Amino acid sequence: MNSAQIEIQLIASLVAIACAIPGTFLVLRKMAMISDAISHSILPGIVIGFFITHNLNSPLLILLAALTGIITVILVEYIQKTGLVKEDTAIGLVFPALFSIGVIMIAKNANDVHLDVDAVLLGELAFAPFDRLLIDGVDFGPKSLWIIGIILLITVTLLIGFFKELKVSTFDKGLAASLGFSPAIIHYGLMSVSSVTTVGAFDAVGAILVVALMIAPAAAAYLLTKDLKKMLLLAIGFGVFGAISGYWFAYWLDASISGSITTMLGLLFLVVYLFAPNKGLISVMYREKQQRTEVSLLTFLLHLKNHSEESERHVNHLNEHINWQKVRSKVVLDLALKNNMIHIDNDIVSLTEKGDTFTSQAIDYIITNEDAQIEHMKDDFFLFRG
Amino acid sequence: MEKNIAVKVDDLTVAYNYKPVLWDIDLEIPEGVLMAIVGPNGAGKSTLIKSILGILNPIAGSVSIYGKPYEEQRKLVAYVPQKGSVDWDFPTTALDVVMMGTYGSLGWIKRPRQKEKKAALEALEKVGMLSFKNRQISQLSGGQQQRIFLARALVQNASIYFMDEPFQGVDATTEIAIINILKELRKAGKTVIVVHHDLQTVPEYFDWVTFLNVKKIATGPVKDIFNDDNLTKTYGINYKVSIQE
Repeated sequence: MNSAQIEIQLIASLVAIACAIPGTFLVLRKMAMISDAISHSILPGIVIGFFITHNLNSPLLILLAALTGIITVILVEYIQKTGLVKEDTAIGLVFPALFSIGVIMIAKNANDVHLDVDAVLLGELAFAPFDRLLIDGVDFGPKSLWIIGIILLITVTLLIGFFKELKVSTFDKGLAASLGFSPAIIHYGLMSVSSVTTVGAFDAVGAILVVALMIAPAAAAYLLTKDLKKMLLLAIGFGVFGAISGYWFAYWLDASISGSITTMLGLLFLVVYLFAPNKGLISVMYREKQQRTEVSLLTFLLHLKNHSEESERHVNHLNEHINWQKVRSKVVLDLALKNNMIHIDNDIVSLTEKGDTFTSQAIDYIITNEDAQIEHMKDDFFLFRG
Repeated sequence: MEKNIAVKVDDLTVAYNYKPVLWDIDLEIPEGVLMAIVGPNGAGKSTLIKSILGILNPIAGSVSIYGKPYEEQRKLVAYVPQKGSVDWDFPTTALDVVMMGTYGSLGWIKRPRQKEKKAALEALEKVGMLSFKNRQISQLSGGQQQRIFLARALVQNASIYFMDEPFQGVDATTEIAIINILKELRKAGKTVIVVHHDLQTVPEYFDWVTFLNVKKIATGPVKDIFNDDNLTKTYGINYKVSIQE
C-alpha cells in the first residue's frame, strides 16, 4: 500500500464513522429519508458557498451548506404541519426543488466553476489525496482528512456529552419534554450534526453514498443488538468495514470507490438481514417452524390428557384421531419423548407426571395469558416466548 | 379542612389548527387526592395533562404547580405517557427505561451513576419486575411494559404523578398491582392524576374526579359528583352507571 491508498482508506473510514453516529439516531427516529433530503438539498448551499469562497474546503462553505440542510428540515416540517400532505410527500417536494436550484446554478456557471453534477452525486475519493493542506510549505496531509476529522471530533464530543438526552428524547419525546430536555433542541441539534457531516462527507463520497453510510450500517446494527451503545459501536464497525472493503473492491474492479463502498454496505446489510440471530429472515422462519411443531405437541399432549381410554392413546391411532401425517406424528412423538413428557408401553402413549404438569401450565398460560409462572418454560419452548 | 392546592389551571385553552381541544379550563387539584380524568374520546384528557406538563403550548391560560410555573417545579412532577406513544422495539432494557426517570434530577450532560441505578432497581422491585431488569423491552407483555413505565415514574420520587391511561391494554393482575401502588402513593401524601377510561371502576379506584369534554363539566370528590347527571352532561347520552357504595 502506498501512502495515497492509506489516506483514501483513512478518509473513507472517518467519513463512515462520522455518518454512522447520526445515522443510528435517524434510523431509530424513523427519519432515514431526511438524510436523503439533506444530502441532496445542500447542493445550492455548496454552490453559493463556492461562489463566495472559491474554495470547496472552506469552513464557511460547510456552514452555508449545512444551513441549507437545516432549512430543508424546517421546510419539510412546515409543509407537513399544514396537514395537507404526509411527511414522505413533504420530503419529496422539498429536496428536488432545492437540489434542482443547485443543478441550474452549476449549469449556468459551468465555465468558471470547477463543480460538476457527477462529482456531486458520486464524489471522487480517489482525488482526495491530491488536495493537500500546506502550511508554510509543510505538508499536513489531505484537506478532506482534516475536515472530516474535525467534524468527527465534534460529533463524538456531542454524542458523549448528550448521550442520555439523545436516548431519552428518541425513545420517549413526551417524557423528555416533561423532564425539561427540549425535544426541539435535541432534534435540531441532531439535524445540524447530520447536515454538517453530510457536507463534510459530500466532497469525498457524494450525495448518494452519504445516505448509504448513514442508514445501511445503522439498519444492520439494529437487527443485531438490543442495546443502544452496542448498536452505535456495531454501526461504526460496519461503516468502517464497508469503507475499507469497498476501497479494495474498487481497486480490484478498477471502478468508482464510492460506488463500491455502497455495494459492500448493501451486501453487508443483506447478509445481516438473512443471518441475524433473532430478527434475521432465516431465524424467523426457523422459529415459525418450531412454533408450529410446538403447537402440534401441545395439541397432542392435550389429547392425551383429555382421553383416559387406551384406544384413543394407541400410537397407530394418532394419525386417525388427530388427523396428522406420519412425518408430523413422528416429529411430535420424538419431541415429547425427548422432553420426558410421555412414555410408551405396548404402543399405548401416556403422559408422564412432567408432561401432565406441563400441559396444565401451558393451557393455563394460554387461557389467562399470565406470564409469571411459566418463565422457565420459555427457555425450552419457542411457543411461549410471545 | 383547608388543603393545599397541588395543581392550579386557569383559563386554559388549547387548539390544534384553530380548533379548540380544551376550552377555558379552570381546575384546582387539591394535594393528596387520587383523581380520575374522565370523558369521551377527543375530550382533551391527554391534552390537558400534556399542557400542564409543558409538552403542548396552550394558546391561552396558565398552569401552576404549588403556586409556581411548571418550569420551576419539574422535579416535583412525574409523568407516565400512554404506552402506545413510544416504540417498544427501541434497543434498550427494562432497567434502562426506568433509569430514564432519574434523568430529570440529573439535568443536562450529567450521567446516571450507582445511586440512580440503585433507585431504579428499587422501583423495579416495587412493581414486581426486578427479575425482568435485563429483558429487552419488546420482549415484555403489555402489562409488564406498563409496570416499567410506572417504575420509571416512581423513580422520579415526585409529589405529583400524571398518568395517561395506565390501565390500557393490561391484564387484570397488572391493573390491581398498579392501582395498589397508586393508592400507596396517595397514602404517602402524593397527588395522583390519572386519565381513565373505565367508568365502572371510578368509584372503587379514585376519591376525586374531573369530568371533561372540551370544557370542564365538573370536578370534586367522587362521592359527591360522580352521578348520572354529570355523566350525561359529559358523554351526551343518558349514561347510567351503577355506583357501588
